[in-house]
Amino acid sequence: MNNINMDHGCVLQVRNLSKKFGRGCPHCEKLTGPEFGSNVCPKCNSVVALHHVSFDLYQGEILGVVGESGSGKSSLVQCLYFDQQATSGEGYLSYYNDGEENIFQLPQSKKRYIRNHLMGMVYQNPLLGLRLGFTSGGNIAEKLLTADIYHYETIRERGKELLTRTEIPEYYMDEKPKRFSGGMQQRVQIAKALANNPPILLLDEVTTGLDVSVQAKVLDLIKCLQQELNISMLVVSHDLGVIRLLTNRTMVLKNGRIVERGLTDQILEDPQHNYTQLLVHSML
Amino acid sequence: MIEELIPKAEKFNYNFAFIDEGAKKEIRRKLLKAIAIPGHQVPFASRELPIARGWGTGGLQVTMAVIGPEDTLKIIDQGCDGSVNAINLRKLMVKTTGVKTTFDTTQATVIQTRHRIPEIPLKEGQVLVFQVPLPEPLRHVEPSEVETRRMHAESDYGLMWVTLYEDIANWGSISIGAGYPCKVNGHYIMSPSPIPKWDNYKLNQAECLYLFGAGREKRIYAIPPYTDVEPLQFEDKPFSVERFDGLYCIRCGATDSFLDEIYDEETGEKYHVCSDTGYCDWRMENKDE
Repeated sequence: MNNINMDHGCVLQVRNLSKKFGRGCPHCEKLTGPEFGSNVCPKCNSVVALHHVSFDLYQGEILGVVGESGSGKSSLVQCLYFDQQATSGEGYLSYYNDGEENIFQLPQSKKRYIRNHLMGMVYQNPLLGLRLGFTSGGNIAEKLLTADIYHYETIRERGKELLTRTEIPEYYMDEKPKRFSGGMQQRVQIAKALANNPPILLLDEVTTGLDVSVQAKVLDLIKCLQQELNISMLVVSHDLGVIRLLTNRTMVLKNGRIVERGLTDQILEDPQHNYTQLLVHSML
Repeated sequence: MIEELIPKAEKFNYNFAFIDEGAKKEIRRKLLKAIAIPGHQVPFASRELPIARGWGTGGLQVTMAVIGPEDTLKIIDQGCDGSVNAINLRKLMVKTTGVKTTFDTTQATVIQTRHRIPEIPLKEGQVLVFQVPLPEPLRHVEPSEVETRRMHAESDYGLMWVTLYEDIANWGSISIGAGYPCKVNGHYIMSPSPIPKWDNYKLNQAECLYLFGAGREKRIYAIPPYTDVEPLQFEDKPFSVERFDGLYCIRCGATDSFLDEIYDEETGEKYHVCSDTGYCDWRMENKDE
């Protein structure tokens, strides 16, 4: 059963992804959601972080996920990057086995393969994505070494190339990112995520916590990289400015459900769902 | 002859080879598992012994579990038959088993060693038992035991490689002196116990059986005969062993063995001697002939 329509250039297809924290009960799904304004089940106190989230990600597109804190944005990318185990749902990756296998059902070793070879992740907090005890070159090397590249000079060259691309001077290669500023750490993290040319990049609130001028630089970098390398990206943010600047299409997440989706311009100019309207109005 | 020996052991009211048969059975079962999965660390119930943890209790328990009355035992410490650790372990083994002991590597059937592999290649039928202080090669990159087990299971060795990369980036070469990690049978990364890099090649496709016992850490692992063991190396930065260019053993004149530095007590002059005293003696004897 081939679930991905390759003709349309779909790289990632997610169907009915659900993630629940806690024991769960038969009422969880019915008693949570945007209409209740909560994703905590009143009967069993489980948290329904995501419920039946479905979307397609196409080649070379940037898909935005927007929502308030606790809406399930981070759970979504963490499930996709296998940091969290999805409770149920299906996911198909065109680069893995031609999209024949549900990636959420794979054994750990296969998931690790997808993580190391086919995906890159940039976390909000550089501490999560980087190992501060190692040099920035070492951090990039880690990603390459997990992807089975064991040629030292190749690793060095690739490291230099990536740091140049992310506008970090070459002499910082053998420095530990512990000493870098927040913006620089974030750029090293992007360099690391891009190290093995992943076809899919997941960005989780990358600009939160950076000052405005550095934010602009990082966003500019992401936009340039995307145009240059034609990577598919999933950008998670609560900042509609970031969404407007980066993304082609957007989904609005509220209490673990997608309440609205469409072209970014359309959603920002003419929001239909009252939560989206609230969100757009509060931007200005 | 066996009849002569066993009563000698019983005179001291110990079971043959000190530990009881139940304990031996358990260790033997764990050894079988370790041999079946080369390089995989198998937990075992490390027993109390009349020597302190960290003095070779792991190796000793493995030796006690595999030795029989007909075996010939050799015990070495850093290659030396006569150091304190080796002498005391040998005394304990002789007292509780009455087995023959030897300094000659070729005559021994069971060899217990601390941090060296004998220079004379071991043959089929011989068993080399290592005393291992730290069995986990990933310990200095990942403190959690749960995590390191997962990493081994999934062959997730990126972090281990990064430490090698960092060494080359910072110092120009890999700075691991002893206990150089190696990959066993294409899967598990294993610590070969703190043997010098010189000895690493002896692990690969060896004819003998290698058993590793870590008493304090309660782990047993093994390399069965004819198993691939390769040191971790970058494709363009090959693994290299210690070099002794122009140096030779002052006693036997060997240039092909791992050399120790010694200083003359009076003159302060520096000499080199074979670290493997059994090999040195063997060369001396053959020189006379």
